[in-house]
Amino acid sequence: MEGSGMHVDLLADPAMKRALMGAILVSLSSAPLGVFLVLRRMSLLGDIMAHAILPGVAAAFILYGMSIPAMSIGGLAAGLTVALLAGIVSRVTVLREDASFASLYLIAVASGVLMISLHGNPQDLEDILFGDARSLDDNVLRLMACVSSLTLLTLALIYRTLVVESFDPVFLRSVGGKSGLVHAVFITLTVLNMVESYRAMGTLMSAGLMLVPAIAAQFWTHSLRVMLALSVGLAIIGSVIGLLLAFTYNVPSGPAIILILGGAYIFSLLFGPYGSVRARYFPFRHLSR
Amino acid sequence: MTIHIDNLSSGYDRHPVVHHVSGSFADSSLTAVVGPNGGGKSTFLKTLIGFVPLMTGSIDMDGITPDEIAYLPQKFEIDRTFPIKVIDVVQLGHWPRLGALGRIRKSHKIEALKALEQVEMTTFAERPIISLSTGQWQRVLFARLIVQRARLILLDEPFAAIDGHTTHELMLDLKRWCSEGVTIICVMHDLNLVRDHFPQTLVLARELIAWGDTKVSLCSENMERALELAGKWTESSEVCETNGGERYAR
Repeated sequence: MEGSGMHVDLLADPAMKRALMGAILVSLSSAPLGVFLVLRRMSLLGDIMAHAILPGVAAAFILYGMSIPAMSIGGLAAGLTVALLAGIVSRVTVLREDASFASLYLIAVASGVLMISLHGNPQDLEDILFGDARSLDDNVLRLMACVSSLTLLTLALIYRTLVVESFDPVFLRSVGGKSGLVHAVFITLTVLNMVESYRAMGTLMSAGLMLVPAIAAQFWTHSLRVMLALSVGLAIIGSVIGLLLAFTYNVPSGPAIILILGGAYIFSLLFGPYGSVRARYFPFRHLSR
Repeated sequence: MTIHIDNLSSGYDRHPVVHHVSGSFADSSLTAVVGPNGGGKSTFLKTLIGFVPLMTGSIDMDGITPDEIAYLPQKFEIDRTFPIKVIDVVQLGHWPRLGALGRIRKSHKIEALKALEQVEMTTFAERPIISLSTGQWQRVLFARLIVQRARLILLDEPFAAIDGHTTHELMLDLKRWCSEGVTIICVMHDLNLVRDHFPQTLVLARELIAWGDTKVSLCSENMERALELAGKWTESSEVCETNGGERYAR
């Protein structure tokens, strides 16, 4: 019974409660975005965006200290700038969009790391790169709640257009749908959620909560609705277990959460009913028709 | 309703792919667009729906609004692994009336199911599209066309890689829609199919070779000329002097 006693202690800890709340809020909005990123074959863009926010966060940190609103606005500005520049570079020059994203985000990460290490101390750098779920205060939680609500509301509004834009963009264009606008809104939501989650997960890991549950969910269903629900569920379960482990063993919360989700991903990859290793190489007996 | 095309040129990066085409599509007509690869057939369709801008000339749609035009591109343009059900794809045909936010009501679903019935795909309504064969998928897209209730339908090689039986049935659908007042323009590869089913044919090889009665359009003289003209695109073309290379707004 020692184990359950330990958990009760953890839940009595206000920092732990806030960390749990934060992780659940992030899971609610990040995971559905991740599903669309994966389905639109833009998984790596999520990762790139998570890194692209770094110089903005660093600049705000240097100017205003550990101010969450300033760092959030800075991160959002940096992420959107990289997205916009990559779009412009790929249209104006011969570079494809993935290549221009790759070069721009590497420049962004390099300048961000350099800025923090010139002006801060190693602990600051570690906090920003890996996050610290213990440091969430009520203001951060309020901001997270706003971002998650805004994301879910906006997703509901653009849902139909986003689905059609993802699987049949030519049809959307032929019926006069707003594909460019929806794409821009979707990218903005992605960056916004990266900014939301980096306090808990760190910039290196914030893409993980978005993408890993979404990728794992691919192996379990061919229904978009189920996939969305499953990815949110996985993200919440993964972050709760990850946080419990992080608080119990005093390890960084971001990597703990991602590794738990990684376990779920590997399990899905091996045993899920659709397209998994099991389904491909050890199929059940075939049906009569 | 007759669609008039006057001196239409269109293409990419200043190179016209379709050059100085004039003619008209009669109300409820069924026209095949044929010609060699690279002859501008797809570009011609894309110009009609407004995806490719006009370099010269004009198109008079005679009152057909963009909402009343349906366009089915070549099939590789759709992601068939996307997790969406057949019935949901067919219901997208309501888009011109519902838009991005309009609520899908029971009547919309019934209309979609009726369309699936017409293409004999009712039993597949709740299946994910990833489970369909190429022919079944094309039937689903035809059902979506039915739901769209368009007055002008543009099809780009709808029967490529489709078996003979399915092609025959879908061809009958096209003819029925024409008899119901829809104008259909269809890029085709199989000339036998064109001879058997299409009253009108337009032969395109970067410029207009023939446009009219299928038997006349497809005579061997026209087909030879089409092949000969198809290869003449070069990177270093001169500026076209016909009509001064002017731009007209559509």
